[in-house]
Amino acid sequence: MIVRGHERVLVQGITGRQATYWTARMQDCGTRVVAGVSPRKAGITHCGVPVFGSVREAAEHVRLDVSVLFVPPQSVKPAALDAVAAGVPKLVILTEHVPVRDTMHVIAAAREAGTEVVGPNTAGLVTPGESSVGFMPAFDPSIFRPGRVGVVSRSGSLGTLACLNIVRAGLGQSAFIGIGGDPVVGTRTRHALELLEQDRRTGGVVLIGEIGGDMEEDAAGYMADMSKPVVAFVAGRASPPDRRMGHAGAIFQGDRGSYSSKRQALEGAGAVVLDTPSSIGPALLAMEKSDGIR
Amino acid sequence: MNIPEHAAKALLEDAGISVPAGIVADSPQAAARAAARLGPVMVKAQIPAGSRGKSGGVQPASTPAEAHAVARSLLGSRISRHRVTGVLVEERVPVAQELYAAVLNHPAGPARRVVLSERGGVDIEETARTDPGSIRTLDIDPRTGLRPDAARQLVARTGVDTAAPAVADALVRMDRLHRDSDAQLLEINPLAITDAGDVVALDCKLVIDGAATARRPSLAAVAAPEPLTELERAARELGLQFVELDGDVGVLANGAGLTMTTMDVIVHLGGRPANFLEIGGDAYLKARPALELVLAQRGLRSLVVNFCGAFARTDVMVDGLTGAWTELKPDVPAFFTIDGTGAEEARRMLVERLGLEPYPTMDQAITAALRADGRDAA
Repeated sequence: MIVRGHERVLVQGITGRQATYWTARMQDCGTRVVAGVSPRKAGITHCGVPVFGSVREAAEHVRLDVSVLFVPPQSVKPAALDAVAAGVPKLVILTEHVPVRDTMHVIAAAREAGTEVVGPNTAGLVTPGESSVGFMPAFDPSIFRPGRVGVVSRSGSLGTLACLNIVRAGLGQSAFIGIGGDPVVGTRTRHALELLEQDRRTGGVVLIGEIGGDMEEDAAGYMADMSKPVVAFVAGRASPPDRRMGHAGAIFQGDRGSYSSKRQALEGAGAVVLDTPSSIGPALLAMEKSDGIR
Repeated sequence: MNIPEHAAKALLEDAGISVPAGIVADSPQAAARAAARLGPVMVKAQIPAGSRGKSGGVQPASTPAEAHAVARSLLGSRISRHRVTGVLVEERVPVAQELYAAVLNHPAGPARRVVLSERGGVDIEETARTDPGSIRTLDIDPRTGLRPDAARQLVARTGVDTAAPAVADALVRMDRLHRDSDAQLLEINPLAITDAGDVVALDCKLVIDGAATARRPSLAAVAAPEPLTELERAARELGLQFVELDGDVGVLANGAGLTMTTMDVIVHLGGRPANFLEIGGDAYLKARPALELVLAQRGLRSLVVNFCGAFARTDVMVDGLTGAWTELKPDVPAFFTIDGTGAEEARRMLVERLGLEPYPTMDQAITAALRADGRDAA
């Protein structure tokens, strides 16, 4: 999903230490944070917004477009189902270490209700100059500035580096979509590409993948039909098989989910695949259709 | 989290799926005694490696003496990364037909997926190449689970006839076990139909979602220990993700993606990374123990520190790191890149406290790190 400046954002778990810090950063970026949820601190005002006991209660008082979850892993399922039941159209789940069974339950319930889900284990979403939902450094003008490059990334840290390189090249971003480092996520790379292909403000795409799973291969199946150019980097070329590399989703066995499998699929679909993220800027500027991203 | 075969089979039995009679042995003598009770047996190394059969980890024994000999050759040996500390001595079952059955998490759904094939006893990857038509799948709503009628319909699509109801029943029980154990994968290969028409699980692979460890303590207690190095184990206890590699350029970065990429670029520029160690997520507060771990590796010739803060604040990480650095006074040269959340403050701290200037890009820092240990990166 792509966030817009007019969208009203709810922060679940708003009174926590990290949530407090990042809610203020989100507000610095112009994000319209309208309310928070904290079951034990309902009734107070925090970060300048009212805190409710549940999403359902919050929804009775304010219109909500997006809810972002800053809650511990074991609370994600009930918190997300609360938001789904309250009819919130978009959910951003930042939490890492959510049991996959809970994730699948949430996504199934969300689909039925027509709620979109990003994450878990995502760094969030950014539309520079409009809104930031999550913990990307969108307030830093050396990393994010309005432009025409759409960025899709499984990793927050590497996505940040990609955005930095885009700005260093004199370009900016139309949207950042954090997919998340978990094996099962609500918005897969392929769907993010579909959104950026349809987005009129996006002229080209930077795709940041990593070893494990089949999201890059799956995305390559769609990429062949895209009108917009794609520059890609896949992390994990130097990683050994059968070892989990930090992210729960970053593990491969044999050829399945391997670097070579992903690179081959992306190149076969016409993407420019880079050996180092430092080449992202030059590669974007050198693209044949680079007029669309300036 | 891998559950060893013998423990997984105990769970299958509890779930109402038949398994052969078996006894775990940790010595050749115990294996011989088990064979004396069970008759002709299979002796199976208890390691979580997929290629176990091909690597000689599963061997028949017709007499106690043979079981003794097989167990002696297996116990203490290494198969892929795993040391064999136990064998499962199991009765041999007269088999009429071997099926493949599995329940797994299917990310593209996402859904729980049931997989059934008449081609049991071979790798499903091999079947996918040689006879993909024999693989039947059914995606089910993770909230409800596999219903008996749906299981029967799936089995009806295969060539299984008289044993079909028993196979369908086993699938329903497998789905329930997968759900109740927070599994990633429950694979029974082969799921045998015996001469007597019974359905028996001859092998079982059960992998539990690592994120569910806390709420499945009984499974965590029987999980196969991961083959970790001493430092990797120490890191695990500190809640840090650490993988020792065979290079000599130490790596410390935040976030899984950035850390893997730092290793990738080291290799791309002609070097060899010594480790994977990320302090992203909540671990960004653990810069000090992380530095100690990296420096504890032998033969380190340089260190690349690559921070690009999003959630992980670079000022907090550099604060911890420089504090530890001042105390530890390591003689390994370090090469920094710092960007993202808190970068301005972090760069200032690095210059003030260690007199080190960060490099503008990761590639420049790594190039310098490779030159520092006497090699030319260009």
